[in-house]
Amino acid sequence: MSNQIIQGVLLGGYYALIACGLSFMFSVMRIINLAHGSLAVLSAYALWWLASRFHIPPFAGLLIVLPLMAAIGWALQRFLLERSARGGALLPILTTFGLAIVIDNMLFEQFGADTRSLAPFIGSLSYDSWEWPGSIYVGKLAVIIFLIAVALLGGLQLFLSRTGLGRAIRATSEDPDTSGLVGVDARRANAVAAAIAMVTVGLAGAFLGMRATFDPYAGAPQLLFAFEAAVIGGAGSLWGTLIGGIVLALAQTLGAQVHPQGFLIGGHAAFLIVLFVRLSMSGFSLRGLLHRPSRSAS
Amino acid sequence: MSAASTTPIIERGTATSRIAAIAVAVIIALLAIAPQFLSAGVVDRMTTLFIYVILAAMWNALAGFGGLVSVGQQVFFGLGAYFAIRLADAGLNPFVALFASAIIVGLVSWPLSLVMLRLKNGEFAIGMWVIAALTHLLVNLDRLVQGETGTSLISLNVYDAGTRRVTIYWLALASMTALLAILFGLLRGSTGAAIRAIRDNEDAAASVGVRVTGTKRLLFVLAAFGIGVAGALWLATSITFQPKTYFNVQWTAYMIFMVLVGGIGTFEGAILGAVVFFLIETWFGGTGVWYLVGLGAAAVLFSLFLPRGLWGTIEERFGLRLLPVGYRVRLAEDAADPAGNGVHPEMTTTNRETA
Amino acid sequence: MSFLAVEDLVVRHGLLQAVRGVTFSVGRGETLALVGANGAGKTTLLRAIAGAHLPSAGRVMLDGADLTGVPSHRRVAMGIALVPEGRKLFVRMSVEENLLLGKTAGRPGDWSVDKVLEMFPNLKPRRHARTGHLSGGEQQATAIGRALMSNPDVLLLDEVSLGLSPLIVDRVYAALQGLINSGTTIILVEQDLNRALSVSDKVICMLEGRVALAADSRSVSRDEVTKAYFGLHRQKAEPA
Repeated sequence: MSNQIIQGVLLGGYYALIACGLSFMFSVMRIINLAHGSLAVLSAYALWWLASRFHIPPFAGLLIVLPLMAAIGWALQRFLLERSARGGALLPILTTFGLAIVIDNMLFEQFGADTRSLAPFIGSLSYDSWEWPGSIYVGKLAVIIFLIAVALLGGLQLFLSRTGLGRAIRATSEDPDTSGLVGVDARRANAVAAAIAMVTVGLAGAFLGMRATFDPYAGAPQLLFAFEAAVIGGAGSLWGTLIGGIVLALAQTLGAQVHPQGFLIGGHAAFLIVLFVRLSMSGFSLRGLLHRPSRSAS
Repeated sequence: MSAASTTPIIERGTATSRIAAIAVAVIIALLAIAPQFLSAGVVDRMTTLFIYVILAAMWNALAGFGGLVSVGQQVFFGLGAYFAIRLADAGLNPFVALFASAIIVGLVSWPLSLVMLRLKNGEFAIGMWVIAALTHLLVNLDRLVQGETGTSLISLNVYDAGTRRVTIYWLALASMTALLAILFGLLRGSTGAAIRAIRDNEDAAASVGVRVTGTKRLLFVLAAFGIGVAGALWLATSITFQPKTYFNVQWTAYMIFMVLVGGIGTFEGAILGAVVFFLIETWFGGTGVWYLVGLGAAAVLFSLFLPRGLWGTIEERFGLRLLPVGYRVRLAEDAADPAGNGVHPEMTTTNRETA
Repeated sequence: MSFLAVEDLVVRHGLLQAVRGVTFSVGRGETLALVGANGAGKTTLLRAIAGAHLPSAGRVMLDGADLTGVPSHRRVAMGIALVPEGRKLFVRMSVEENLLLGKTAGRPGDWSVDKVLEMFPNLKPRRHARTGHLSGGEQQATAIGRALMSNPDVLLLDEVSLGLSPLIVDRVYAALQGLINSGTTIILVEQDLNRALSVSDKVICMLEGRVALAADSRSVSRDEVTKAYFGLHRQKAEPA
């Protein structure tokens, strides 16, 4: 049993990784990017293509793919989201959903329906494990993913609180109008935030590909996992996302124990239970699940 | 809602709209007798078109009028088909089962709305998707469905193919007409004023006493019921029920495409969008994946460059109103500050510029 | 020699015309006081100079350069800083973080967090407190400090005494006096007429979006300003 819990916690690291970009973009730009999962899968395919075609191992491939993802994020914000957000809160949902359909089907067109994996390109890392006391075997890859997730969340937190650019992004998310008046280029801050979010998405896509298989339509479930982890983790801090990811993974692990098809059901059910509890506790004043706690009066 | 009587909607009976009303009656009558003259294949395609119109109109009711963008409407489509299978299996006449099923879908959607309508914008959108994914998994657990293998509406086979085809055609036509009429009635009645008020500015509407949640719930349940009808009809045309096909997010993608292209928040737009989608599917559906890429790209481009859609743009440019429900798409005002700081004075003034 | 000039500026909020053809100029190092009733267009005028509102007609010039189409963050880099009405602090961030944000534009100068804290000693113990938890006086000090951190040539102050106790207002103005003496160009909106006249070189009274009176602060009488304030300076009401 403790074995399963440890595996669940480690899987939670992956969910936190894929969720942090979604909740980061939401907290800065108030946009939920429905192409989030598809972009992660795009990154996985890019790494797979580099590995199978040019024999570039996935970890080295990241040096090419992550900057590309950053560029995609920047362009996404500048050319799609910025324009569509001007049309109201609903339009970006439609724009990004359309984008997800385009990406999914382009991937299908390019790579076909076969499921792929990056596992063959990372050697023994995909199956190596450490033995922990109590004859518990933990996969090296799972531990690495978890540690990278923690490092990434911590790094993001430090970046936001300690650097000028981080402060500019936080200021823009709080009040874009006033941030302009103190000298912050809000458009640039948003574009940088989107670029950072896409780098985390690229990383999540890489680990998706290493720890499991993916196909052109794998983006939708990844989006749902990211959303669920972000909502379960709740308002505010990036660490909440890690907790959300772990809760989601544990619920899935538990579901799988109950019923052979219970893995996904467990996760969705945990999400809905958290949702329901939070809604009944917060009364009718709830403004949003992903929002930070209401700010104090200025 | 006496305030509604001062808005321009009440001055409805333009000459164009009266002609349009007569034209609508004629078209419905012609469609009703059409199967006499059409080939079996065309009758089937027309049935498909009617189902598309239902889907577009119902998604538009939710998003265009209720301000609720859902990416999980396939849940009601799938449930409409699933309950029909279940009811028919229990011995109910399959044609009766189609509509009994939709009523159950409507009933199920009511408690669901209690939770889901408290979510905002994108959270509601993906939250509904989670509901759809979970429902899909749970339906898979039903032994009758046998997981992804699926099952069929076998009891429909007692009718010969010709009778079945025409009956389903008429049922689809009648369902489409009835649902459009209900929606039209809602939008023209006192609820319509509330719907428009909510769509323009939810907070302001609530502050002047509009029953925001109640009105949204009405639209949510109507959309669930309508899409349930569509799912049941789809099952009747295709007989087989595979959960993966019915609970596919693609259905919502189609709905979004139809409404965005036709004109979100316009009654006629959704119908136009369904026709456009139907034609595109007829001509390009065979190109497979590129056709889907095209649909996605069109959704992106319309949302960015023509957010009012074809009908909204036509209406704006020519002041044309065929079936006036007194509403124009007002996506731009929906910016209703995400931070929740209350109503900006500028926003209220722009909202006045309606009509 | 005018340093900042506003020419025939018109600013609309939707259908409402908040500023209707305003022209004035300020010389380098001068202090201009803007007075007028609520809704006279003072705040909109300041925000338009800072770039938060784009005018529908007219120009804003700084040292000969046309600023009209320049976005607000670049105006900060060119030396214009606004202390907005209601302070508009980033309430989820600390005093120090708010101040550091003022440095974003990267203009050279000698303002630093320490220097601001020296100017407003009451902020010293609150350096790491979130600004949402500060008193009104501390918030105002932070807002002024944040604007100063950009080392502005022109400082726009919108009702800095609003909601503060008289004692705190005295403190804030004592701090501002140093800036005025140091040669910073200042435009301030102030409801207290005596104070407005005593700190400024020039005074402009606005009425319904227009300049009702522009005069030298030393030579103008309080009575003249009051008349302009209420629109009594006109022989008869203009047609709206």
